[in-house]
Amino acid sequence: MDFQRQEAPYLAPQTSVASMMLQVLAALVPAAIAHVWFFGPGFIFNLIVAAIFATAGEALMMHLRGRPPETALADYSALVTAALLAFALPSLTPWWVTGTGALFGIVVAKHLYGGLGFNIFNPAMAGYVVILVAFPMHLNLWTAPRMGDIDYEYLTIVQSLVYTLTGSLPDAMPFDAVSRATPLDAMKSGLANLSTVSEIRVNPIMGDFGGRGWEWIGNFLAIGGFWLLIKKIIRWQIPVGVGVGLLLPAGIMYLVEPSTHPSPGFHLFAGASILCAFFIATDPVSAATSPKGRFIYGFGIGALIYCIRTFGSYADGVAFAVLIMNMAVPAIDYLTRPHIIGHATEKNTS
Amino acid sequence: MSAPTYDLGKLHGGLRLPAHKSASTSLPIRTMPLPAQLVLPITQHVGDAAQPVVGAGDKVLKGQLIANVEGALGAPVHASSSGTVVAIESWPVSRRYGDKAPCIVIECDGDDRAFDYPRPAGSYAELAPEALLEQLVRGGIVGLGGAVFPTAQKIMQARSGDIEYLILNGVECEPYISCDDVLMREHAAEILSGAGILMHALQIDACIIAVESDKPEALRSLGDAMGELNDPRISLKQVPTIYPSGGEDQLVQLVTNLEVPSGGLPTDVGCLVQNVGTAAAVHDWIVNREPLLSRITTVTGDGVVEPMNVRARIGTPIADIVAFAGGYTDAAEVLIVGGPMTGKSITTDRVPMVKATNCILVTSRAPAIGEELACIRCGDCAVVCPVQLQPQQLFWHARADNEKKLREFGLIDCIECGCCDLVCPSHIPLTADFRTAKARMQELADEKARAERARHRFEARNDRLQRDEEQRAAELLQQKDQAKQAGPAAIAEILKRKRQQSDED
Repeated sequence: MDFQRQEAPYLAPQTSVASMMLQVLAALVPAAIAHVWFFGPGFIFNLIVAAIFATAGEALMMHLRGRPPETALADYSALVTAALLAFALPSLTPWWVTGTGALFGIVVAKHLYGGLGFNIFNPAMAGYVVILVAFPMHLNLWTAPRMGDIDYEYLTIVQSLVYTLTGSLPDAMPFDAVSRATPLDAMKSGLANLSTVSEIRVNPIMGDFGGRGWEWIGNFLAIGGFWLLIKKIIRWQIPVGVGVGLLLPAGIMYLVEPSTHPSPGFHLFAGASILCAFFIATDPVSAATSPKGRFIYGFGIGALIYCIRTFGSYADGVAFAVLIMNMAVPAIDYLTRPHIIGHATEKNTS
Repeated sequence: MSAPTYDLGKLHGGLRLPAHKSASTSLPIRTMPLPAQLVLPITQHVGDAAQPVVGAGDKVLKGQLIANVEGALGAPVHASSSGTVVAIESWPVSRRYGDKAPCIVIECDGDDRAFDYPRPAGSYAELAPEALLEQLVRGGIVGLGGAVFPTAQKIMQARSGDIEYLILNGVECEPYISCDDVLMREHAAEILSGAGILMHALQIDACIIAVESDKPEALRSLGDAMGELNDPRISLKQVPTIYPSGGEDQLVQLVTNLEVPSGGLPTDVGCLVQNVGTAAAVHDWIVNREPLLSRITTVTGDGVVEPMNVRARIGTPIADIVAFAGGYTDAAEVLIVGGPMTGKSITTDRVPMVKATNCILVTSRAPAIGEELACIRCGDCAVVCPVQLQPQQLFWHARADNEKKLREFGLIDCIECGCCDLVCPSHIPLTADFRTAKARMQELADEKARAERARHRFEARNDRLQRDEEQRAAELLQQKDQAKQAGPAAIAEILKRKRQQSDED
């Protein structure tokens, strides 16, 4: 009898890129629900807009590159980029702003570098930075968290949708009425006005550690992150690295001068720290890949976030921190190659 | 004498794979009846090829030498049963490289008449180690774990170093394969006897039998036999059930916590590893005077009607063995010699079972895995790599054919266990890539050596030409001097002659 020839190993792979990406998306669901709960339905509109532009950009680029678009779309990586971008944007963002970010991320940062697997920079963060440069004013329109005691005018679903589509608010509602400073903004401007941390924290948007509402989203992001850790979609080195890199300087400065340096808890729960630690910095393509390298990469991001928040002119620094460390990845990987079993080490030669 | 001490080491990475072993271990070992024809490749070991010492038409007895090797760098081949040599010809085989090899084909007469090897007067313990090694060569004993390295040669190499432990490998970590498991269950005493012989040959007093924790029956049976034998030199060690803990270097690391140096052998860290099946074969030859004529092989997979472990004569065509196990099912699409991780896929079942054949796996085609995507650098391959390589980096350099980087990232240290393939979300055939890259690196090295030889030849030629030139110049100079000394008369004479010459032209 005759048989087909195959190459060892003959067992089927246990996982796929698509299932990894779907699990990342699933891990974001609890935090997305919290996001909608606290900051309104705008998040969903942002997500839809980002997903449409990211998918269209991916399909277009695959077509232009002469490759089957369905291969790229079937791996869901563009949707992950879209979701991360949606998390980074204020819930009130006009569609052209979101679309610009998503398109830039996919077309320039991802496909002009060769597509999935070859991009040096995290596409979502590259897209975010373009928005930051091109439409800085649109990143200020964060609504206040939905908490009973915060004085704030809420938009209806329709009003929110109209804003996404047209970029204009109902006549009776000026920007100041619907928007609130984020906790990081409040902290930054407060400190610039020579207020102390405890004075700034009187603001009702401030919660136990970071900002109210934000903290809850952070908790749900962490739950999703831990789930990814358990499922081994991500490894512990990057989240821990980001945490240590951020909290170590924050802790030291807090101990030295607590009146002008917010606590490590604030740094952890304000802004995009937790999103970054579990979902952004862990993008495998643009991250370091050796175990030690991943910790160093994460640590660098955490430390840069702290530096940008503390010394820079931006309230949060996740996007810049990630992009800067993306550039360091080849060097980190080269310098942190693990010991190959059987090659000379002190243990072996002694 | 006390039991040897050791630290239990840790294996990096590895995979827990579905075992698929119970299908073949539920039955006792079945002995296969003689086939009509035996096909015996003359080289069933690593090393120099054996040379046939019989010709077509010769009658042979069971156990009779039919192909021999000079010296100890090989293993002779014996007729596995009595009959007539009908041909010595090229036949499909399951070797790692190449698909055909010269084989001696024997038509069995069914009588199974045995060649009589005289029994030595005393026990093996009275033999000098050298004489014992000579015996092992003559018995055709090779490593039965799959690498088929001649056992005597392995021991000889080991004896030149500083050996502490003999490790018997009963860690059958690859899915589906269970021939060592059933051997340990049913023939523990023979394994222990073989261990004693090997220790004598090595002149050492410590043997560790390593068995995977998922083989409780084998562990019990070995434990019972050890209790009966009460040999303090032998100890039993349970190792964790994780693939590829049974790789030679990996097992040494697990048992001794020492890393076998890159490009080196376990003997470099004081260990000699032998398969439990080899130990039993040593016993059969030294004590029972039966050369290596048969082995246990696992015939299994969803392509086989009744998976089982079969003791079959070396040279039995795989088709006969599968027929003995009830034949093929409708699922039979791929035929693999060896396990599902490292075995070789062959295209015909005319291939004979050889000394290396520990498993015959017949399965349906692996489910379609979808198109290969780009590497997303998730690094899961590095997590499972037992050698702690970084396949995600190595594979870039393999595709770019960057020889320097391939060396730097340890391509030659890759044991081709296949773990990285199984965890790759992009379904990149990493192991196949690395195999190809290794072959190409070897080619490059060969080419370099050839170029180097050519360069030497060229330079030697240039040197020779230059030497000739210089010599001629020197001679010319000498002639001129002579002419000068001879004086103007001589010059006039020469000029005249020249003129005459040109006039004649």
